[in-house]
Amino acid sequence: MNAVAPKDLTVEHWPVREDGLPATLVAALARNAAESGSRIAFREREHGIWREWSWRQALHEVISLAAGLEARGLKAGDALTVVGDNRASIYFAMLAANALGAFPSPVYPDVPVDEFGNYMRFGDPRIALAEDQEQVDKLLDLRDRTGRPETILFDDPRGMGAYGDKGIVSIAELRAEGAQILAERTGLAAELVNRATGENIAVLLYSSGTTGLPKGIPLKHRNVVGGIKNAEAGQYFQRHEELFAYLPTAWVGDFIFTLGAGVLLVATINIPERQETALHDLREVAPTFYLAAPRAWDNMLTRVQVGMADSTNLKRRLFDYFMPKAIELERKRLAGEPIGLGERLRDWLGEILVYGPIKDFLGLSRAERAFTGGEAMGEETFLFFRGLGIKLKQFYGQTETCALSAAQVEGSVKLHTVGKAMPGVEVKIADDGEILLRSASVIDGYADDAEASAKAIVDGWLRTGDAGHIEPDGHLVVLGRVSEVVRTAQGERFIPNFIENRIKFSSFVRNVAVIGAGREELTAIVCIDYEAVGHWAERRSITYGSYAELSQKPQVLDLVAGVIAHVNQAQPEGLRVRRFVNLHKDFDADDGEITRTRKLRRGVIEESYAKLIEALYSGEARVTFDAAITYEDGTRGVLSRELEIREVPS
Amino acid sequence: MALLSLNNIEVVYDRVFLAVKGVSIEVPENGLVALLGANGAGKSTILKSISGLLKPERGEVTRGQVTFEGEDILALDPPERVRRGLVHVLEGRRVFEHLTPEENLLAATSMHADRRRVKSLVEEMFGLFPRLAERNRAKAGYLSGGEQQMLAIARALMTRPKLILLDEPSLGLAPFLVDEIFDTIRRINTESGTAVLLVEQNAVAALDVAQSAYLIEQGRIVMSGTAEVLKANPDIQQAYLGGGSNVDYHAVKHYRRRKRWLA
Repeated sequence: MNAVAPKDLTVEHWPVREDGLPATLVAALARNAAESGSRIAFREREHGIWREWSWRQALHEVISLAAGLEARGLKAGDALTVVGDNRASIYFAMLAANALGAFPSPVYPDVPVDEFGNYMRFGDPRIALAEDQEQVDKLLDLRDRTGRPETILFDDPRGMGAYGDKGIVSIAELRAEGAQILAERTGLAAELVNRATGENIAVLLYSSGTTGLPKGIPLKHRNVVGGIKNAEAGQYFQRHEELFAYLPTAWVGDFIFTLGAGVLLVATINIPERQETALHDLREVAPTFYLAAPRAWDNMLTRVQVGMADSTNLKRRLFDYFMPKAIELERKRLAGEPIGLGERLRDWLGEILVYGPIKDFLGLSRAERAFTGGEAMGEETFLFFRGLGIKLKQFYGQTETCALSAAQVEGSVKLHTVGKAMPGVEVKIADDGEILLRSASVIDGYADDAEASAKAIVDGWLRTGDAGHIEPDGHLVVLGRVSEVVRTAQGERFIPNFIENRIKFSSFVRNVAVIGAGREELTAIVCIDYEAVGHWAERRSITYGSYAELSQKPQVLDLVAGVIAHVNQAQPEGLRVRRFVNLHKDFDADDGEITRTRKLRRGVIEESYAKLIEALYSGEARVTFDAAITYEDGTRGVLSRELEIREVPS
Repeated sequence: MALLSLNNIEVVYDRVFLAVKGVSIEVPENGLVALLGANGAGKSTILKSISGLLKPERGEVTRGQVTFEGEDILALDPPERVRRGLVHVLEGRRVFEHLTPEENLLAATSMHADRRRVKSLVEEMFGLFPRLAERNRAKAGYLSGGEQQMLAIARALMTRPKLILLDEPSLGLAPFLVDEIFDTIRRINTESGTAVLLVEQNAVAALDVAQSAYLIEQGRIVMSGTAEVLKANPDIQQAYLGGGSNVDYHAVKHYRRRKRWLA
């Protein structure tokens, strides 16, 4: 928002580790400013125009903010609560906190006020940074209840004019204050760059909290630098990437893959204007490195398929001809079979006519390194993108390891594994089948929770809580959460999430909860994908006026029954889903059914859908269900719906 | 069976611009159904696809069916659709300004050969809209906005429709005139049993008279249900009903709201 051009800054010395790498993210920033000072560090789209900051300018921004934050009372060891979407000034402020030996603690913007306190439990956060008016109001509400945060910083001035002081300061003002201090105290900049060490916390993240309160996960600079060193050694990351900063700031993926890797590996971090324009901005950026959750890749695939179905005849025919061939070829490549000359020629032609234009349309024409993780990915989606020539790979990691544990390696990608442990990462399987990890990126322990820390980290080995095994060639197979292993009444062991993922591989199913622990047989509550099923229905002239109506159409029930029956084929007899119901709404984090990272909260589902689950096991054909809904503003409503219960054909 | 039903309509303008997609709507016999939505959502396009007036604007129904009394009417031209009992009152009144109200009414009677019947229809309209009779000496162009709107509706009713499509009848009218227009719409619906499909931006007024409603956003139906259900929905209240009469514009927030359209 400032019209003045940002100033430059360079500092000669910064803390360095024994292996020569910068010890902290701020040190890396200083190094970049000194060694590649005029390279573009950040680009941000604002009102349609891309603003740029070189590394020298970025260092000046960060150090100015750090001086300003210090004057406002941020001390070493303090947390700075950060809430908002990706913005350059939010990233600068995070690094500024680091310079002071303090740490940012990002919170998902859609967390309601009532839950917000859970994310301010550690590091005594007396200062908070909000992106816009909505988040400021939330923080003000919180201040009325708890007295914290005392100081609220904001980025977007829209609507903020009438707020008076009350400890509310704009980022621009803070930056100006800091720049003033910086100008008065020579040597302060160099001192700020050198203040933090690798032992300081770089960021405090939170576990997803599928059961109970989310745990605080502090990642130290040592962990971040070590993890990214490992990833670079494995060639998962390279220097000078074009990154696209669109992931939620409170997710480990954004801090590590965007900010951490961006600063340590001298990338250019491109920030979209808003969440809603991200897909469009992606195309303008065409990043060389792209990370997205499996769900996002699925959505992209649906977008392409729906778009092609509505396209012109010629395009549709080309697509229908080349795409299956590409997928077939990719299958062969993965299996290591020889590729004939004819196939190569066809692939070359397909690249010109079909694959290239689609990649360009998606904004992935330069995406050399594309990743997915956090959940299992469906074979169809995986092969589609690899067939297009995007070398999509799965990675495996958890917040506790900076999300950098294992990843597939080009040349030995196998669909059912998450690849090999990264260089510098040790992996072994405990006697009970749990995956254990040890590496420089593993945290020392949870925030203020010695008990949980002692349980999770034994002799430097992190107990991941995932069940899995290592194949003879070193590839790691992840089966699911150990804690989620349950038994049916007959004593058959299964992991609901494993079956759910397989059902969700269908683009028609957005969410599903498989029930069956302690029961005679398995049943499922299914949430259809509105876009994919809607389009499917339109092509078949099935009329619908809402999600609820569409979900109960007999043809849609047939469709879902077919999807489940297909999954059942690969399931042992005792672990087949016998009955299901299509829910009248999708699971939603506002209703507490899933976490902000889209993981199921089984306890909540079993409680709020108890009547529905009862009906699934009582053999009724229909059930009238009163569903409670919580709207984003906190008001509650009740919907009464008649839902049909279907048997899955065998 | 529904009087009018749209099945997965898709409308494309100029062969490239997709205005409406996958829209399915039903109007029952004697029903009063409202289509709500913001500017450019596709409401008027839907009405034109029903009355057949897309062609002059180079629009085309590229997918789906429109059935009226069980018959597919997409192949019929607009005059034939009017003969079948389906009439469209366009947005912005469009009366013949240089003719008197009565002459305006007569202009819509080319389908009736029987003079006496025309006469009685005109009388009926003057009974329904006494104001038009009072101002019958003036040229229609000199009538007030509300009177012109009444005239446009009366002119459409001269065709003895089974279904009347009303596009923004409250446009540019003073609040008390809006009440009067909506009162008339309700009377047309209850007294003569004419079904009404009403497009409105004034969601408060529309949901007061309608039995059910559809909400259109960006060319798609995002929500449908009875008027009561829609009125009670907080997303609708927030976006279309203004959330109460005493809005403090100093306190208006620049929030990025996510609407879930649950019904």
